Amino acid sequence: MSTTIDNGVNVQALLDARETLAGAPDAAQFTWRASSKWQNGVHSTTTIQNYFGLGAEQSHKTETVLDADHPEVFAAEDNAITPIEYLLVGLASCLTAGVASVAQNRGIQLRSVEATVEGNHDVRGILGDADVRNGFNDVKVTFDIDADASAEDIEALVAQSQKRSAVFDALTNPTEITVAVA
Amino acid sequence: MVLERGELARSWRRERWDSLRLLTPNWQSRLPGSPYEGGEPDGYMTAAEVAELIERFAQSARAPVRTRTDVTSVGRVGDGGYRVMTEHGEIQARTVVIASGACNLPTVPAFADAVPADVEQITPFGYRNPDQLADGGVLVVGASATGVQLAAEIRRSGRPVTMAIGEHVRLPRTYRGRDVLWWMDASGVWDQRYDEVEDLTRARRLPSPQLVGTAERATLDLNALVALGVELVGRWASVRDGLALFSGGLRNVCSLADLKMNRLLGSFDEWAHTSGPDAGVDPPERFAPTEPPRSPRWQLDLRSGEIRTILWATGFRPDYRWLDVPVLDAKGQLRHDGGVVDSPGLYALGLPVLRRRKSTFLYGIEDDAREVIGELGGYLADGSRVRGGRETAR
Repeated sequence: MSTTIDNGVNVQALLDARETLAGAPDAAQFTWRASSKWQNGVHSTTTIQNYFGLGAEQSHKTETVLDADHPEVFAAEDNAITPIEYLLVGLASCLTAGVASVAQNRGIQLRSVEATVEGNHDVRGILGDADVRNGFNDVKVTFDIDADASAEDIEALVAQSQKRSAVFDALTNPTEITVAVA
Repeated sequence: MVLERGELARSWRRERWDSLRLLTPNWQSRLPGSPYEGGEPDGYMTAAEVAELIERFAQSARAPVRTRTDVTSVGRVGDGGYRVMTEHGEIQARTVVIASGACNLPTVPAFADAVPADVEQITPFGYRNPDQLADGGVLVVGASATGVQLAAEIRRSGRPVTMAIGEHVRLPRTYRGRDVLWWMDASGVWDQRYDEVEDLTRARRLPSPQLVGTAERATLDLNALVALGVELVGRWASVRDGLALFSGGLRNVCSLADLKMNRLLGSFDEWAHTSGPDAGVDPPERFAPTEPPRSPRWQLDLRSGEIRTILWATGFRPDYRWLDVPVLDAKGQLRHDGGVVDSPGLYALGLPVLRRRKSTFLYGIEDDAREVIGELGGYLADGSRVRGGRETAR
């Protein structure tokens, strides 16, 4: 690992955590939480502050409040982005965090990392066409990275970041979801 | 003494499919003091030939083998040493070397239970040849050497084959005119020691490379399988309501494998350039990137009759149920430092990257055996445990 490069990622802390949690699988169990509240129409507000991890309740430094709505072409008020666009936010930010971390670990100095995420969506599904799926048909991420590295090393960064990405996994693999009424 | 549960080289006689040949070329498939002397140094041995090789070696080495002596348990006794229970009685030993291998039981994911009952399921231990399979589609799960070899063979039998692919290791059979395993050996990759490997846990879990031993020395990567008409899908993630659900990450596992292969070939080129043999081999070459389908299927209805058989080529694990010594980690693997197990007088040989990357190859065990037996000899001589190497990474 090079000590002269700095992408602002504390890789040593992550490597230490990996070693510690390998021997303490219970502490590795996290629960992320979000609470949403209907506003009006298809507009809702979600707040996020607390989560569980390392065997205890944890809290973000500040509460985050996110609005979601639907666009005017869906006859909505467009107070905020569409829920499915939040998936793009999650994917782009997760892969970008991965690129920075892997680059730090591999001694690659990043100058800029930009990503464009496009999710192709046939909306006939959510409008009730049983032959069309509700979700994305496919998602394309394009990275534009300026770094002190060969094109091949940059490709390897992006590949490794997918391999270790929580959101990439959550979107590419099925997940058991239980929805209950309290 | 050497205890063998069945006849000599039992697993080579009973746990291999008919067409299996070694991944290593014959000149590499040697045991200490017995170089290959046949007429086909570049060929690949059948399982029967390997069994014969081991039998000849046992004879020439006068190895004190007790065949048909199944070990039912090994436990520590109070004053040091071990009590080995066999089907023919008890043996006391001051030291024991575990050489039972890493591939005793096929690994099958838990969701196999959710596969509809009319789809047959088989593992490489039960598979012999395509004739035993029902007519109709076969879903091969896993893209290691086993997976690609069986997918190709079953596809050639005329059955439609779909292959679910997670992380895998792509290699060309030959590179710059030489067997790729010649490069692994000559360039020093295989001699890389376990305490020099960057991520030992990962190295020890690496699936076998996509290789097959044929007279044509043909490459059997995913592109070759596609050319045969095999359909590629992503890693099999789960079964829901009779549907097999595959990961949408196929493209990335293909990219990872291509990148890693090219990095390895680059290291071969660098070695050839700096260490001499550049003139004796063909010029550097690169292979076409893996071409996964543009839109691989991510679900398949297991109730539709399309798939009649599932072949789980999802790896193997060791069987330590007979080992009554607390030396296994949370994942069921033996805790050891280069074959020195975490219990005085207990040793291991023949596990992945035990001491070097070549540890699990026939010829690769020679250096390991010498060193581990050196440790064992020192332990016996001292009457106390002598440790070599460094602390085991956890």
